[in-house]
Amino acid sequence: MTAAADLAQGKKVLRIEGVVKRFGDNVVLDHVSFDVHQHETVALLGASGSGKSTLMKCVNLLEQVNDGQIWLGDTDVTDPRINQDKLRARIGVVFQQFNLFSHMTVLNNVTLAARKVHKWSRDKAEVKAIGLLKRIGMDDKAREYPDRLSGGQQQRVAICRALMMEPELLLFDEITSALDPLLVGEVLEMVEELKQQGTTILMATHEMGFAHDAADRIVLLRRGRIAENGSPEDVMDHPSDPETQAFFAAYNRV
Amino acid sequence: MSENLPFEVSDIEREREDYRRKETLRARLTSVVSSLAFVALVVVVLHLSPGWPRVKESFFSPEYFVEAWPKVVDGLWLNIRVLGVAVVGVAILGTTLALVRMTTSAVMFPFRVVARFYTTIMRGIPMLVVLYLVGFGIPGLGLFGRVDKAVLGTIAVVLSYSAYIAEVLRAGFEDVHPSQRASARSLGLTQTQTMRLVIIPQGLRKVAPALMNDFVSMQKDVGLISTLGAVDAVRAAQIAVAKTYNFTPYIVASIVFILLSVPFIILNDWYSERLRAREQTGGMV
Repeated sequence: MTAAADLAQGKKVLRIEGVVKRFGDNVVLDHVSFDVHQHETVALLGASGSGKSTLMKCVNLLEQVNDGQIWLGDTDVTDPRINQDKLRARIGVVFQQFNLFSHMTVLNNVTLAARKVHKWSRDKAEVKAIGLLKRIGMDDKAREYPDRLSGGQQQRVAICRALMMEPELLLFDEITSALDPLLVGEVLEMVEELKQQGTTILMATHEMGFAHDAADRIVLLRRGRIAENGSPEDVMDHPSDPETQAFFAAYNRV
Repeated sequence: MSENLPFEVSDIEREREDYRRKETLRARLTSVVSSLAFVALVVVVLHLSPGWPRVKESFFSPEYFVEAWPKVVDGLWLNIRVLGVAVVGVAILGTTLALVRMTTSAVMFPFRVVARFYTTIMRGIPMLVVLYLVGFGIPGLGLFGRVDKAVLGTIAVVLSYSAYIAEVLRAGFEDVHPSQRASARSLGLTQTQTMRLVIIPQGLRKVAPALMNDFVSMQKDVGLISTLGAVDAVRAAQIAVAKTYNFTPYIVASIVFILLSVPFIILNDWYSERLRAREQTGGMV
């Protein structure tokens, strides 16, 4: 099934409805609403402090919303009565850095959730993990510890770990921001591949070129509100709003 | 040395190497001379002291040394056993206290308060006083009949050291990067699994040198159980001194405690150095 057909059907993996998040008096998210459809890649853009990371954290319950609702499929994520651990296991997350557990080998990192949360046997988990690592050409690093890998390799293993349980949604929170510029490419390549395979992705990023080329849709946050929500062409190439124009112009100058 | 290298070295580098070699030589000579001067000073001061012959006789007498050695070593066996049990006790109680202090749930509130109160109070009471309170207070209750003095001493050591260790552990656990906890929870691990599988193993690594240092300090503090009358190495030395009025057995006791601690001190230094080296080579992100 093509992404377009699914979009037409309107199958929504993630629905964010009027989400408000405050830290004290500071309103970080101010009635934010948007959807992520199945097989869609949505890039969440915005200046530092615009609320990107906070929104990501609200989705997988590392932060509590102060108002509004977030739905993952038919589950209301913001309902305090749900099993939060079960909910988190349905979402794959990769952060900016320090994702991998430094005291475990690559293989143990990737298989941890399968073994401990989903109670798979070690053999079953390792077969699947090695398969995933093979796809990114890193099965020979399975027994290494994370500090023996380059930053790019670490992030790619972290993505493998997030993929292990076939999550309904992948959250990438600035996964290339802490990397040496030379290592960014290999990570973005992997994201591109996942997108081609139809994975549903919500990613916060500062890689404007990549967002433009890889994302199906751009959501631009500004001071906790949605400033733009549309195709990369509409939002990035022909923005009508002067503040949006200034935002992308500033990135183009860098 | 650059002249052993297969490639050409410029005259400038050769001159710099020369200079560095001379500097190194000079530094070594200086340290040898200053060490010799220091030893000479100590010897001269000792020999000039009017009381030196008496001190030498009453602290460094070979006959008394040989006589006291087996008794003190016998006593040390008790210290080692107390230490072994105390380490396990401290590990359990210390970890529990640290974890309780780090909980956030409402149910744990009273326990959090108790743990905080405990670590605050216990770190303030001198070890000796804890020994007296436990050693004479618990038998005074008359609940358990006659309790062995070494057991009471062990309890006191555990109570006192757990408070320190709990704080060291808490610092280590809290030092683990927040992303590690977030990653673990994101995988669906429960709070307990996150602590057990991710935070505790990494936190322990971070504070291992501090913990080993506390262990070395505990090794000698188990000698304090002698104040309760348990016949350990210190008590054995005391008995020998009381019989002969010669203080050499105390030197014997010092030596056996030093011998006990040296392997762990070396291990501690080696591990700290390795950890430091690893942290400096790490961070490739």
